[in-house]
Amino acid sequence: MSPAKAPAKPVRILLAKVGLDGHDRGVKVVARALRDAGYEVIYTGLRQTPEMVVDAALQEDAQVIGLSLHSGAHMTLFPAVVSELKKKNATDIIVFGGGIIPDDDVEELKKQGVAELFTPGTPLQDIVEWLRKRFPSS
Amino acid sequence: MKVRARDPHQVWREEFESSRTKRTDNIETSTISGVPVKPLYTSDDLPVRAEEMPGQYPYTRGIHPTGYRGRLWTMRQFSGFATAEETNKRYKYLLANGQTGLSVAFDMPTLMGQDSDAPTSRGEIGHCGVAVDSLADMETLFDGIPLGDITTSMTINSPAAILLCMYLAVAEKQGVPFKKLGGTLQNDILKEFIAQKEFIFPPEPSMRLVVDSIEYCAAEVPKWNTISISGYHIREAGSTAAQELAFTLAVEEIAKFRAARRIWARWMREKYGAQDERSWKLRFHTQTAGVSLTAQQPELNIARTALEALSAVLGGTQSLHTNAMDEVLALPTDDSARLALRTQQLIAYETGVVNTIDPLGGSYFIESLTDEIERQAEAYFRRIEELGGVIPAIEAGFFQKEIADAAFRYQQELEQKRRIMIGVNDFTVDEEAPIEILRIDPKLEAQQVERVRAVRARRDQARCEAALNRLRTAAAGSDNLMPHILEAVKAYATEGEIMNTLIDVFGVYTEKAVI
Repeated sequence: MSPAKAPAKPVRILLAKVGLDGHDRGVKVVARALRDAGYEVIYTGLRQTPEMVVDAALQEDAQVIGLSLHSGAHMTLFPAVVSELKKKNATDIIVFGGGIIPDDDVEELKKQGVAELFTPGTPLQDIVEWLRKRFPSS
Repeated sequence: MKVRARDPHQVWREEFESSRTKRTDNIETSTISGVPVKPLYTSDDLPVRAEEMPGQYPYTRGIHPTGYRGRLWTMRQFSGFATAEETNKRYKYLLANGQTGLSVAFDMPTLMGQDSDAPTSRGEIGHCGVAVDSLADMETLFDGIPLGDITTSMTINSPAAILLCMYLAVAEKQGVPFKKLGGTLQNDILKEFIAQKEFIFPPEPSMRLVVDSIEYCAAEVPKWNTISISGYHIREAGSTAAQELAFTLAVEEIAKFRAARRIWARWMREKYGAQDERSWKLRFHTQTAGVSLTAQQPELNIARTALEALSAVLGGTQSLHTNAMDEVLALPTDDSARLALRTQQLIAYETGVVNTIDPLGGSYFIESLTDEIERQAEAYFRRIEELGGVIPAIEAGFFQKEIADAAFRYQQELEQKRRIMIGVNDFTVDEEAPIEILRIDPKLEAQQVERVRAVRARRDQARCEAALNRLRTAAAGSDNLMPHILEAVKAYATEGEIMNTLIDVFGVYTEKAVI
């Protein structure tokens, strides 16, 4: 937003609610925590389709997409975002997710290209530390 | 005795202040809503007022003179998953195990008013509730359950009028007169804009549908509760928004219910001038707090739910849902659903708390907290009025911001260990044995899509289209929409088709995202 400062460009993260559920408490808490940790955070709002998410990420020049979902549709919609990125030749964008996701599904989603999943009870600091590892200069 | 006895209050205070045995951790002692809690309450804290009685205005101690000596609360487990067929089996199982009311959980597409074959329903069908697309699904859902003998609650908001009409149509087919039907529709659209976010139409036409269903039922389905203001509403408006978190100090919940009854009675009688005494009586359903459940050491959730359910009963709830231990991971299995039902049966039949009306009435602490919550709620109402009322406050993002702030504050308190969640930020274990969870068969999605398409193929298309056209015309005018929706439902128009007809006229609402 302010081009005057920032010698190292801050990492831009697009947070999105995919699917139909309106439970946005988690994603909003994460948005504030990441912003406080120095990241540039764009939040899409509710009910985004995988296509909308990827379009927004490209438009916003985001390096990371964070997906939030609490309706149980993660096995369909998270991989759909990954394949949409492939379709748009944007596989350099990292996808992570959060929500009510059983352990077995976590493993399967990682196999399908979701970099990390954060389940209920995750301390905010864990998400920040994971991002710091992925982007050491951030 | 010559020595004059010292004031025992004073003696205690000195002993407390000078005592060296004090905990040194920095755990918050205020309630989660931020109400400061004193280490001791005494007769000094008791408000001075005329004695309150159950069954008498302002109903702080309960709306019935008999309390649970007259009738126990309705044991009403919120449930629904996969298809109408699967959920029908679950209802029969719960009823066989002593449940006394039904409560329908719909899946996301149904809650959002869209059919299972809509592109955005992909992956969502039957996952967090049962999929209902048309009257055909509703017939299956209640197959073999006589609607004249049971009350049913339906948690649905934007498309509430449609689902109610489907229920009415099933009753008609069963030969049950509408006058005999009892149940509750959530139909609380304002809190959708505030918290739950399952809005579709803008606030004004949304409110019209609510009013239409109330008017219609007052005449045709008189025993039906046409609106049920969600607990969120009270939590947001009552004291601080942090109460959205729900797993407050158990005693705070009790005080909240007592204060809510008193506030409701006062406002209905004094402010709105309601004449009928029945409308002064706040009746409520309680659901234990999903947000208090942890994925870690999930068995602990049984104990949490029991404590929360106990505070609902001590607060005088009319109806209760107890969460299952595995609901933080998935929808409950048969076994965990039964265990949750058993938890409230245990409170009803083993603890003895049902034998006395408002058993904590007169407690220094409870009475003082009840008054404090009432004061905070009144202050909140004044703020909302200053903003021009609820709808302008929603449009200004007021509630949304308050809730987001409270949620963030709470999360920080957890991270700083000023609040403890067992198994999450303290008393953790390294190795946890996984528990069995309910899986929704992915094949069901394709079956449900087939089902709705089959309904469209076999119905009388001309009758269906004519009904939808009449509904469209009515929506553009000012007729009550309920009879038109009922006609469309009976012609097997799908939920999505009826919603889209209304969207043509009403448009859709888009929220500005507030973080």
